[in-house]
Amino acid sequence: MDKKKALLSPAARGRAVKGLVYAFLAVWAVIVLFPFYYMIMTSFKSAGEYNSEAVPSLVVTSPTFENFFSAFTTVSLGKYLLNTLVFTVVTTAIMLLFTVLAAYGFSRIRFKGRDLVFTVLLALMMIPTELVVITNFVTITNLELRNTFMGLILPSVTSVFYIYLLKENFSQVPNELYYAAKVDGTKDLAYLFKVMIPICKPTIITVTILKVIECWNLYVWPRLITDREDMYLVSIGIQIIRESGFGRENIPAMMAAVTVISLPLIILFLVFRDKIMAGVARGGTKG
Amino acid sequence: MEKNNPKGWLYILPAALFLGVFMVYPLIDVFIYSFEEGFNFASQSFFGVGLYNYAYVLSDPYFLQALKNTFILVLITVPLSTVLALVISVALNSIKALRKLFQTIYFLPYVTNTLAVGLVFVILFSKTDTSVGLVNAFLGAFGIDPIDFIHGPYAMKMLVLSVYTIWVVLPFKILILTGALASVPQDYYNAAMIDGTSRWRTFYRITLPMISPMVFYLIITGFIGAFKAYSDAVAIFGTNLNVAEMNTIVGYIYDMLYGDSGGYPSYASAAAIILFVIVLTITCVNLYVSKRKVHYAGGQNG
Repeated sequence: MDKKKALLSPAARGRAVKGLVYAFLAVWAVIVLFPFYYMIMTSFKSAGEYNSEAVPSLVVTSPTFENFFSAFTTVSLGKYLLNTLVFTVVTTAIMLLFTVLAAYGFSRIRFKGRDLVFTVLLALMMIPTELVVITNFVTITNLELRNTFMGLILPSVTSVFYIYLLKENFSQVPNELYYAAKVDGTKDLAYLFKVMIPICKPTIITVTILKVIECWNLYVWPRLITDREDMYLVSIGIQIIRESGFGRENIPAMMAAVTVISLPLIILFLVFRDKIMAGVARGGTKG
Repeated sequence: MEKNNPKGWLYILPAALFLGVFMVYPLIDVFIYSFEEGFNFASQSFFGVGLYNYAYVLSDPYFLQALKNTFILVLITVPLSTVLALVISVALNSIKALRKLFQTIYFLPYVTNTLAVGLVFVILFSKTDTSVGLVNAFLGAFGIDPIDFIHGPYAMKMLVLSVYTIWVVLPFKILILTGALASVPQDYYNAAMIDGTSRWRTFYRITLPMISPMVFYLIITGFIGAFKAYSDAVAIFGTNLNVAEMNTIVGYIYDMLYGDSGGYPSYASAAAIILFVIVLTITCVNLYVSKRKVHYAGGQNG
C-alpha cells in the first residue's frame, strides 16, 4: 500500500467518496426540484405579498387559494384544460385503434406487399416532423379545418414508432396459439381481441401513456392550426396567460396556472413511474 | 396459415391511409413547394420554378440570426448535457440506497409541459421593477450586479436558454445512461478489483468502452434534437422570437408559415430542407467518427 494514501484507511476513503457522491446527487436533486418548489410555493402567495418582496422569499407566510380561483375565473384556464383533455383522449383512442390493427396486420396476417409496406414504414421513422408540418398546415387550411378538433386531431392519430413497437411485441406471441385458435375456428379479429391484446397489455399501456404525455404537451401543431381562444390547448393558453392574462404584476396567479397545467402529468408519472421510464428508454425522444 | 390473405390490407388500411396523407404526400410536396417561386397562398398559384426560395432564405438576416443561434445552442448544450448526464449516471450507478428516489426526481422534467415550466425559469431569472429575481439575489451574494437575463445582452439570453434546454434534455440522457451502466457485466469490475485497478482507470478502460454505443446514440439524438430546438426558446422569450433575437431554424420555418410574418410555405419549405440537410450532414459525420471510436461488443449485435 502506498504510504501517502495510507493517511486514511481504504474503508474510510471509501466512506468519504460515498459521502461526496451522495452530496453531489442531493445537490442535483435540489436543482431539478427547485423550479417545481418555487412554482407551487409562489402559487400560494398573495399578489401583494409577492410584490412587496424585493428579494423573493422561499416561504409563504400567509398561504391563499385566491390564485387558483382567479386562474379559473380571470383567464379561461378551465377551457384550455378541457380542450386539451378532449384532444388527448380522442387522439390517443384513435391512435390506439389504428396502431393495434396495423401492428396485428403486420405481425400475424400474410398478404402480398406486406414486407414492402413495412419497410416504407420503418423508413418513415427517420423523417423529421418539421418537413411534413408545412404541407399538413396547407392541407388542413384548405380543408377549412383550422380551429376545429378535427384539424388538431387528424395529423396526430398515427405514430410509426408505436406501430413498430407493438408489432415487435405481437410477433413474440408464439405461433402455436394462433394455429390452435385457427383450428378452433376463431376469426382473426376475435383472436386479436381475446388473445393478443390481453397478452400484450403492458406494451399497449406503455404506448398509451407515452401518447398521452405527447398530446398534453403538444405545442407546434396547435399553435399553427388554432388562433381562436376557445380552441386553445394548454401550451398555447399559457403563452396567452403570460402575455396578457393577469397583467404583468400578478405572478402568483400565473404560477397557479402553471401548477394546474403541470400537475396531471406529474401525478400520472408518479403512478406509472416504471412503465413510463421503461417506455421512454425504449424509444422516447426529447432533446 | 394461408400464404396470401388480402384481408391483411384491411388491418393496416387506416394507419396506411393517414400516413399517406399526412406523412408521405407532405414529404414529396415539401420539395415541390421549395422550388415553386412566388407561390401565392390565396390563389394557390406560382410563376416559376427554381432556386429563388433558397437564395431568399439564405440571405434573410432573420434566417442567418436563427442559424447562428441554433449552432451556438447546439455547441453549448450537446457536450455539456452529455457530460453532465454521464457524471450523474456514474454517481447514481455507484449507490444503492435512495437510488430509485434520485432516479424519479431526475426524470421529472421529462413529463412536464415545456411551455408552462419555462415560465418558472423566466420568473427565476428575470429582473423587474419590484424585484431583482431569485437568481440575481443569489449572484448578488457573490458581489455580482443584477443582470436582466430575459431582456438583456445576447450572451445572457443565450445562457438562460442553454440552462433551460439542458434542464429539459437531461432526464432522457440520464435514463439511457443509467440503463447502459447497469448492463455492464459485474465480472469485468470484479476482475479489475482483483488486479487493484484504480477507480479512474476502471472507468476509462472498462466502463466507458462498454457504454460507448449508448453515449454515441445520445450524442446523435442530442445533435438532432438541439438542431430542432424551438419550444424551449418560446417558453423563455415568448412567441416573437425575431424581436428577441433568439429565433431558431425551426422557429423561422414556423414564422414563415404562420403568424405576423407568415403566409410563405415556399420559404418555409426551403428553410426546412436546409435544416434537414444540416442535420443529415452532422449525423453522417457522427456516424463516421463513431466507426473509429465506438467499441461494439460482440461485433454483430452492436
